[in-house]
Amino acid sequence: MTNTVFLITAALLALGVCTATAAEIHPQRQAELFYLLKHDCGSCHGMRLEGGLGPALTAKRLAPYGSEFLALTIIQGRPGTPMPPWRPFITEQEALWLAGQLKQGVNQ
Amino acid sequence: MRFLRYLLMASTLYSAQASAECLTRGTGDMGIVIERAAGSLQVIDRTTHQSLFRVEGLGDLSHASAVYSRDERYAYVFGRDGGLTKVDILCGKITHRVVQGGNSIGGAISQDGSLIAVSNYEPGGVKIFSSKDLSLIADIPATPVNSEKRSKTVGLVDAPDQRFVFSLYDTGETWIVDMTDPANPQIQKNLNVGALPYDGLITKDGRYYIAGLFGQDGLALLDLWHPEKGTRLILKDYGKGEKKLPVYKMPHLEGWAMAGNRAFLPGVGHHQVLVVERGDWKPVGKIPVHGQPVFVMARPDGRQIWVNFAFPDNDTIQVIDTETLNVIKTFKPGKGALHMEFAPRGEEVWISIRDKDEVQVYDTRSLELIHSLPVDKPSGIFFTSRAHTTGL
Repeated sequence: MTNTVFLITAALLALGVCTATAAEIHPQRQAELFYLLKHDCGSCHGMRLEGGLGPALTAKRLAPYGSEFLALTIIQGRPGTPMPPWRPFITEQEALWLAGQLKQGVNQ
Repeated sequence: MRFLRYLLMASTLYSAQASAECLTRGTGDMGIVIERAAGSLQVIDRTTHQSLFRVEGLGDLSHASAVYSRDERYAYVFGRDGGLTKVDILCGKITHRVVQGGNSIGGAISQDGSLIAVSNYEPGGVKIFSSKDLSLIADIPATPVNSEKRSKTVGLVDAPDQRFVFSLYDTGETWIVDMTDPANPQIQKNLNVGALPYDGLITKDGRYYIAGLFGQDGLALLDLWHPEKGTRLILKDYGKGEKKLPVYKMPHLEGWAMAGNRAFLPGVGHHQVLVVERGDWKPVGKIPVHGQPVFVMARPDGRQIWVNFAFPDNDTIQVIDTETLNVIKTFKPGKGALHMEFAPRGEEVWISIRDKDEVQVYDTRSLELIHSLPVDKPSGIFFTSRAHTTGL
């Protein structure tokens, strides 16, 4: 697992995907992403992100994973599981921002 | 913040309602609508299209469903957070509430009305409660997946002869639990029914149970007249040669979309409604539709099928004519068209439109919008007529 995370992180860095700050994502788009997270990601992960058919997306649950790995999971999905690729709807930069938010904990 | 919102809702929308007094009336034309974000529900009157009560304090209802007592007075609401709440719809208040698990997906009421079963993701298994006071009657843990986790359970329904049937998502099983003697549940396990069953349904007559499969094409069919024969895979080639699309919301199998001898089912990962002949269970056809179906529901007379769709197509509803198998109407009622509920005789269908904070009522003959009600982030709609239908 650790190896996979490392490899994917390395691959992402190689692709030039590194950091995204909140300033780079328009506040309106941030609100849209939160709404998407709550209601659409929430249909599997729970509206409060405490899990459902998919795992919980709480800061504690995601602590072992790097933001880049999480962003890649959002963008590409996870083959062999129901997690679909969100690439058609979310940019890599947005995914990285969202991953950062999740790691901080977005559940109000 | 949430408290303020409640206050605002209460003062603006529901100021006309007396809260403490119970109604003196029949409940046959009543129902509830889940307010998924606020953890509340509205009790509604089907005839006047009005809200009668708003009931709060039901926990996390982001994925919620409900069943009714046989006297149609009490709704048992299953919340995402493991909450099981008994609501008196004549008084608009909670009579009992337990948090019985960590993460739940739905439940069922027994044939005799005495037991409420709840399907849990965490801890994986099914728990069965007294419908009177929600005291625990039986705990049925699912098959372990590893040393820490048990399989999630899905597709829990009631079946004739005081049985419950459900499926195990992670381990691909379908179990039949006979609760004739509540102290000694008899469990029949069907193993290897197929990969990742995500939901299940039972025919209205209580004979056939079908589990939809996420991990492979096809559905696992169980004939409850002959449980000893085990399950068999039907429609196993439905996606052959077609690319399976990413699934942004799991379909729901609820009730039984049946017209004549044909059943209509959502094609997982396909923009299709599948049609199958009951009896030999051979495919009759595939109906191309607007997106990936979530609910495929028959008008009670079987003349039409109404379909809603997964993200990003959840702003659309389509109506299919069951005779010609053609889509006869496509309309866009708003983003987040999450659930549909037919009047028991089919003249109306109520549809939750999440992002508009309203429930829309359609005339199923003219296919026109005839009314709408304000409801905060509505999801599931459940009419009391479900009290008398196996599997609902």
